[in-house]
Amino acid sequence: MYSNKVLDNGTPARTSTKTVALQIDGVQITVPEGTSVMRAATDAGVKVPKLCATDSLEAFGSCRLCLVEIEGRRGYPASCTTPCEPGMKVKTQSKKLATLRRSTMELYISDHPLDCLTCPANGNCELQDMAGVVGLRDVRYGYDGENHLQAEKDTSNPYFTFDPTKCIVCSRCVRACEEIQGTFALTVEGRGFGSKIAPGPTDFLSSECVSCGACVQACPTATLMEKTIADAGQPDHSVVTTCAYCGVGCSFRAEMKGNEVVRMVPNKDGKANHGHSCVKGRFAWGYATHPDRVKKPMIRRQITDPWREVSWEEAIGYAASEIKRIQAKYGRGSVGGITSSRCTNEETYLVQKLVRAAFGNNNVDTCARVCHSPTGYGLRQTLGESAGTQDFDSVDETDCVILIGANPTDGHPVFASRMKQRLRQGAGLIVIDPRRIDIVRMPHVEANFHLQLKPGANVAVLNAIAHVIATENLAKLDYITARCDLAEFAKWDAFIRLPKNSPEALEAETGVPAVQIRGAARLFASVPNGSIYYGLGVTEHSQGSTTVMAIANLAMLTGNLGRKGVGVNPLRGQNNVQGSCDMGSFPHEFPGYRHVSDPTVRELFSTSWGVPLDGEPGLRIPNMFDAAIDGSFKALYVQGEDIAQSDPDTKHVLRALEAMECIIVQDIFFNETAKYAHVILPGSSFLEKDGTFTNAERRISRVRKVMPPLAGLADWEATMAFAKALGYPMHYTHPEQIMAEIASLTPTFAGVSYDKIERLGSIQWPCNDKAPNGTPVMHEGQFVRGKGRFMVTEYIATEERTSRRFPLILTTGRILSQYNVGAQTRRTQNATWHDADVLEIHPHDAEQRGIKDGEFVALQSRKGDTALRAVVTERMQPGVVYTTFHHPESGANVVTTENSDWATNCPEYKVTAVQVTPNGKPSKWQQEFASFEGVQDSLLPKKDA
Amino acid sequence: MDGSKLVKMANQIAAFFAAEQDRKVAVENVAGHLKRFWDPRMRREFLALFDTGGDHGMSELVVAALKTHRATLEPTSQ
Ligand code: SF4
Ligand code: SF4
Ligand code: SF4
Ligand code: FES
Repeated sequence: MYSNKVLDNGTPARTSTKTVALQIDGVQITVPEGTSVMRAATDAGVKVPKLCATDSLEAFGSCRLCLVEIEGRRGYPASCTTPCEPGMKVKTQSKKLATLRRSTMELYISDHPLDCLTCPANGNCELQDMAGVVGLRDVRYGYDGENHLQAEKDTSNPYFTFDPTKCIVCSRCVRACEEIQGTFALTVEGRGFGSKIAPGPTDFLSSECVSCGACVQACPTATLMEKTIADAGQPDHSVVTTCAYCGVGCSFRAEMKGNEVVRMVPNKDGKANHGHSCVKGRFAWGYATHPDRVKKPMIRRQITDPWREVSWEEAIGYAASEIKRIQAKYGRGSVGGITSSRCTNEETYLVQKLVRAAFGNNNVDTCARVCHSPTGYGLRQTLGESAGTQDFDSVDETDCVILIGANPTDGHPVFASRMKQRLRQGAGLIVIDPRRIDIVRMPHVEANFHLQLKPGANVAVLNAIAHVIATENLAKLDYITARCDLAEFAKWDAFIRLPKNSPEALEAETGVPAVQIRGAARLFASVPNGSIYYGLGVTEHSQGSTTVMAIANLAMLTGNLGRKGVGVNPLRGQNNVQGSCDMGSFPHEFPGYRHVSDPTVRELFSTSWGVPLDGEPGLRIPNMFDAAIDGSFKALYVQGEDIAQSDPDTKHVLRALEAMECIIVQDIFFNETAKYAHVILPGSSFLEKDGTFTNAERRISRVRKVMPPLAGLADWEATMAFAKALGYPMHYTHPEQIMAEIASLTPTFAGVSYDKIERLGSIQWPCNDKAPNGTPVMHEGQFVRGKGRFMVTEYIATEERTSRRFPLILTTGRILSQYNVGAQTRRTQNATWHDADVLEIHPHDAEQRGIKDGEFVALQSRKGDTALRAVVTERMQPGVVYTTFHHPESGANVVTTENSDWATNCPEYKVTAVQVTPNGKPSKWQQEFASFEGVQDSLLPKKDA
Repeated sequence: MDGSKLVKMANQIAAFFAAEQDRKVAVENVAGHLKRFWDPRMRREFLALFDTGGDHGMSELVVAALKTHRATLEPTSQ
């Protein structure tokens, strides 16, 4: 039988360089100082019985099952809480110990339902195992004494149940919630026999619980149990793969019963997550087999025609003939493609290769355009490489975090838990965000400074911080002298010292009291290791690239690059944003961020691909829309990206889609863009294909196929078929060969191979001769570009201004349980927590307008209007409102503008001047949306009854 | 393409590079950015707009970039 038990050393590893030598059951062993006797025993190959200990948690010492004898000591100490000492002689087995352990087990079992055979945990229960280990055959007290067997089961959480009758009050769940997740949702109530575990005064669903699953993972019994296991039974095998949601890139074991996933368990050996997970990756995978999945290719001539289900051959043949027709009529540059940050590196690479080699132009872009393109540009200019500088583990050594424009407890929950661990140990925290996001104050975490700026003022705040550091002589001049371009620094230094950059001068623009900025600057400059983490609140502005450069300036100014504990850390949105950028998805760059105009690089690719390549940059996504409306761009191949919902200024996007003659959508669902499409190619989910994802720390991890593609082809196979039909056959039989090609053409990937990933678990690029096992921390010793380059970052306010008509600023973001456009998470029970987008508004603004909490309100901007429910909350500052974009019908992007970052055209989602009025009714757009949806639904083939 | 949008985008680019004290470098940077990031049809249409006379709201730095680096900005393909 498959066992899902992984080796559990009982207590966490210690890293001390000092060691201690001791003897356990006659075996001599040396361990790092601070190691518990229990862990040393496991290292020596001796298993000590245990219940309350597990190696993901600090030992607690409550079950008394792990008792040992230590020579020269009285009594029977618990091995989990006893640290090793030099020369100790430990015995883990003796008659006396056996008797003591058996009695302990007897007490547990006498208060436990004896339904092992029908229990969902049967075969994978530590209590059952321990009863066997200690040789318990019978319970002398009988089963009639006082017990907890009548306690009621809590089934409120959509994904797991809590059955207190099975609880042994080992408190592993409570500690997991505190130590690993940092939510503090659970408590042990009462004392002694009366003690029990409780999620606060209510049930799990209405408690503080964020459904991360850490407690379920830690529970040694069936008390906390996944509903899927109760329904489907224990798995029969498992496959290690990578979460397909956010840029943390958690490693999971997909536990399977045949071809069916029954549970996703966070992988203890995963270097991005170390065994932790969030509600999305852990539980919200059911969308993969949702009945809405598109399973057959479809075509139609016009968007008013009904869809016709056809074979792959016919669909691809039609798509290719349309591309050829359109190119013959409108020119080579009239077609393009969009790669997906949700697909694998190999798939993304193939789509850009298809565009460059088979379409014969560089009109390829990726959804990273609308999120992190400024990161690529800004970090390249200043440091020389378009990627974050650290690994996630680096946060363990930081002394102060600046968190700007990111909300990791919602967007990057597993990394947020790591960060909170460090904050609870005492690291400083400076939050720069217009909203009072959760991490500003949560159990045992409180920001030293919350610079609650006005949306759009990032550059002003960062300049003001740098001004304070420069003028108060807090800069690390030795570091700058050794590592940075001094001529550029001198220019920058003269600029930043100008009085106009002082916190006082900028107060009106930033909305942040100068004294707070001065305090934050002094704190950040004073710590040995300062790190900066940021998200889309930085990039999605007209000054996105400038802000990224200002962040790099600040890191160089304070000497915080090139070692652990420091660095510039973009928190990437989707699972493979980093990868899709690395793979050459931008219209001006080949894989590895090399400009298409570079003749040497072009020659390299041209020789390998066997076709001449264009040396001019192609269109970026917003430019494609403009060109479509203008009539010069007529066809688009979109893989795994819903531009109709996720891109700003929806009406403009839809006009562009309507103007095109052929839109080919490859997706797992019939998304919003599909309503404007002519060809649908069914996509494959991450469970249905092999490949790799690259997370926010440049970590390349394997995605492994656990079930066959629902529609017969994985995405990379469909792209190959399309290329062939266009007259450009590709010859791969496995994604491994695609990676080999990438490695042969991309210096930073030169040492990457599936074999090596298999051996190392995962690899952080650059991986080449200089760094054969990858690079956890970049820019050690010197910057990739040689000398670090300070860039002058003038603050230029966005053109989007409030007015009498539009007096409020709307900013957008996302929440924990939903992901991006929601296509996946909306099709899971995560909707329990969030079934509609809402508008957050400050009580003052609400009162002024006569808006009540929960009321339907109208939201208007210069671009469009929509209606949604208001939530009145003090998280907002007066003058700023906030919404998410997880549900298409709420039309958040109908309101957002086409303003964009000056360097990359990344849209300015974060600043829109709006008005909010009470008594909202569905807007004209929403009504049209609903009726168009009805029409498009009626054009779909009827589903089998 | 929408000429006023191209002008707006070019002005934004110029506004960033205007911080450069060395005028020659600033002009070069603006032209370089257009060359590296704008697809040929955007540059072609932008130049055509410029050729119709007047500045169409283009900032002074943009005008200088177009004048000084015209040859570089002419598309080489498509
Ligand atoms: S719920 Fe599980 S982990 Fe928590 S105390 Fe009970 S048995 Fe232990
Ligand atoms: S699921 Fe996570 S947040 Fe909820 S109680 Fe368990 S550990 Fe805490
Ligand atoms: S943190 Fe991100 S990668 Fe990890 S489980 Fe959650 S969604 Fe998946
Ligand atoms: S395992 Fe040591 S006391 Fe429970």
